[in-house]
Amino acid sequence: MSGYLTGVLVVLAFNVIAAYAVYLPLAAGQLNLGIAGFMAIGAYASAFLTNEYGVSMWLAIPVGSLLAGLMGVVIGIPVLRTHGIYLAMATFALGQVIAAVFLNLEVVGGAAGYPVTDYAPPVAVFWAAAGVVVLMLYISRTRFALCLTAVKSDATVADLLGVSVRGMQVAAFALGAAVAGFGGGFYAHHFNFIEAQHFNVLLSVFTVLYVLFGGTQTVWGPLVGATFFTLVPELLRASDQWRYAVFAAFIILFMAVRPQGLVTASLFRLFRRKVAP
Amino acid sequence: MTDAATPSALSISGLSKSFAGVRAIRDLSFEVPKGRATALIGPNGAGKTTVFNLVSGVYGVDHGRIVVNGTDVTGMPSRRRITTGIARSFQNIRLMPHLSVLENLLVGQQVRASSLGALLTPYRLIPNHRWKREAREALAEIGLAAYADETVGALPYGVRKRIDLVRATLAGATVLMLDEPAAGLNPSETNALRDHLKALVAQGVTLLVVEHDMHFVDSVCESVVVLNFGEKIAEGPLSQVRKDPKVREAYIGTDEED
Ligand SMILES: Nc1ncnc2c1ncn2[C@@H]1O[C@H](COP(=O)(O)OP(=O)(O)OP(=O)(O)O)[C@@H](O)[C@H]1O
Ligand SMILES: [Mg+2]
Repeated sequence: MSGYLTGVLVVLAFNVIAAYAVYLPLAAGQLNLGIAGFMAIGAYASAFLTNEYGVSMWLAIPVGSLLAGLMGVVIGIPVLRTHGIYLAMATFALGQVIAAVFLNLEVVGGAAGYPVTDYAPPVAVFWAAAGVVVLMLYISRTRFALCLTAVKSDATVADLLGVSVRGMQVAAFALGAAVAGFGGGFYAHHFNFIEAQHFNVLLSVFTVLYVLFGGTQTVWGPLVGATFFTLVPELLRASDQWRYAVFAAFIILFMAVRPQGLVTASLFRLFRRKVAP
Repeated sequence: MTDAATPSALSISGLSKSFAGVRAIRDLSFEVPKGRATALIGPNGAGKTTVFNLVSGVYGVDHGRIVVNGTDVTGMPSRRRITTGIARSFQNIRLMPHLSVLENLLVGQQVRASSLGALLTPYRLIPNHRWKREAREALAEIGLAAYADETVGALPYGVRKRIDLVRATLAGATVLMLDEPAAGLNPSETNALRDHLKALVAQGVTLLVVEHDMHFVDSVCESVVVLNFGEKIAEGPLSQVRKDPKVREAYIGTDEED
């Protein structure tokens, strides 16, 4: 595999992981604009463990992911009392706060950044992304996913039918945070250097954009969205200075034609009917 | 007028609720006998939907007590109330429009499948999993099997109303509160709904039906409770209640009576 292709696929893998971190809470109707903050927690926590305690990264990365998930629970319980635009604002602020904490934390290098010793090769990153996709596919086949959809669709009715609305929301938020932390851990160990500035709000916003673009109704949306956003700008390289303009035009066009995202539930039903009459 | 021999499925006593100083329900008491269909009627704004909202826990009560199948649910979180057997429909149907019929029914089973193990079972990967089978059977029983995989949002209104009933049935509801179930239905859909409700009562389900169509009430419900301005003004068999001067007065200027 050429170095260029490997580089693109690694970015794709990280974008896919990030997309699912955003997707899980979105599936329950919550916009998390602070996902980069949870990536930072996973990245710094796992890097700290490998650097300072010589822990194997195969253990450190899951631990970092778990810590991000726990922070998701702790933060999710109060933050998820807010809804809609207020939740978006609260998570936005949260992402900023987390990044600011790492920026000022001298034990992990502060503003100078934090070199990471252990190295995760591209193949490890690919497997990590594949693992996340498989986990998400599994989850999408369970009642948990059904409950998330129910909560998103009509929280009052879901509640009256016995669905623990708060429980589902916190679980989705925390699981999303754990997935973000997992991606952050691999990011730290693949690039061997992290700095707080990387985990900024643009990263969160772009990720949300992939997911909305791909569609939140089915589990395939984030995969399609992340792939599109990663590969299309690369394919448009030929037209060089126009590529971002062309890309932006693409997005606007698609959003106008398919406001629910590229991949929707009805698309699947249509397809299934054609295959199995 | 409750038959003393029949125990109550739903018992409401001294219920009051105000919204920003407006008294929507005033010291309301009535009983819904088990295994029967009772109607809750009254002019627009009388407080019928508010009674449903209080019983289901969408709003908390100001005063009073609500007992379902012998369990006091007054202070119970709304989510837990379905465990006592009470379920409701909404005046505007509240199915999940982007989901299929089957998925909507599966949400209805949640109260009986809420353990962690149940939540994490990949039932969609298991052909003919018992949850799906049960939901399909419930649909087949009322002749709606063909709709199982359709997206709810695209279905005719009358079909959606009945899917709403199936969902409540699958939730294990023994007491069903229906808010204007016949509104907006054409005559054949109304007949299908009537048959469906009668079948439910035959199975022992208790109904409390808010309905403006008095012919429908007459054909389904044995007795009625009449509300006006949040107060009970009459109760008993419809034939008797219609003659009540207070009821006639409440309905003056409207054609609800016929
Ligand atoms: N959430 C609320 N906030 C403020 N006022 C409310 C609320 N819910 C109901 N009300 C008021 O309580 C009164 C009773 O309303 P309710 O919806 O229970 O009437 P209804 O008998 O169901 O009428 P309809 O036949 O039109 O459905 C009305 O005056 C209504 O404006
Ligand atoms: Mg009403």
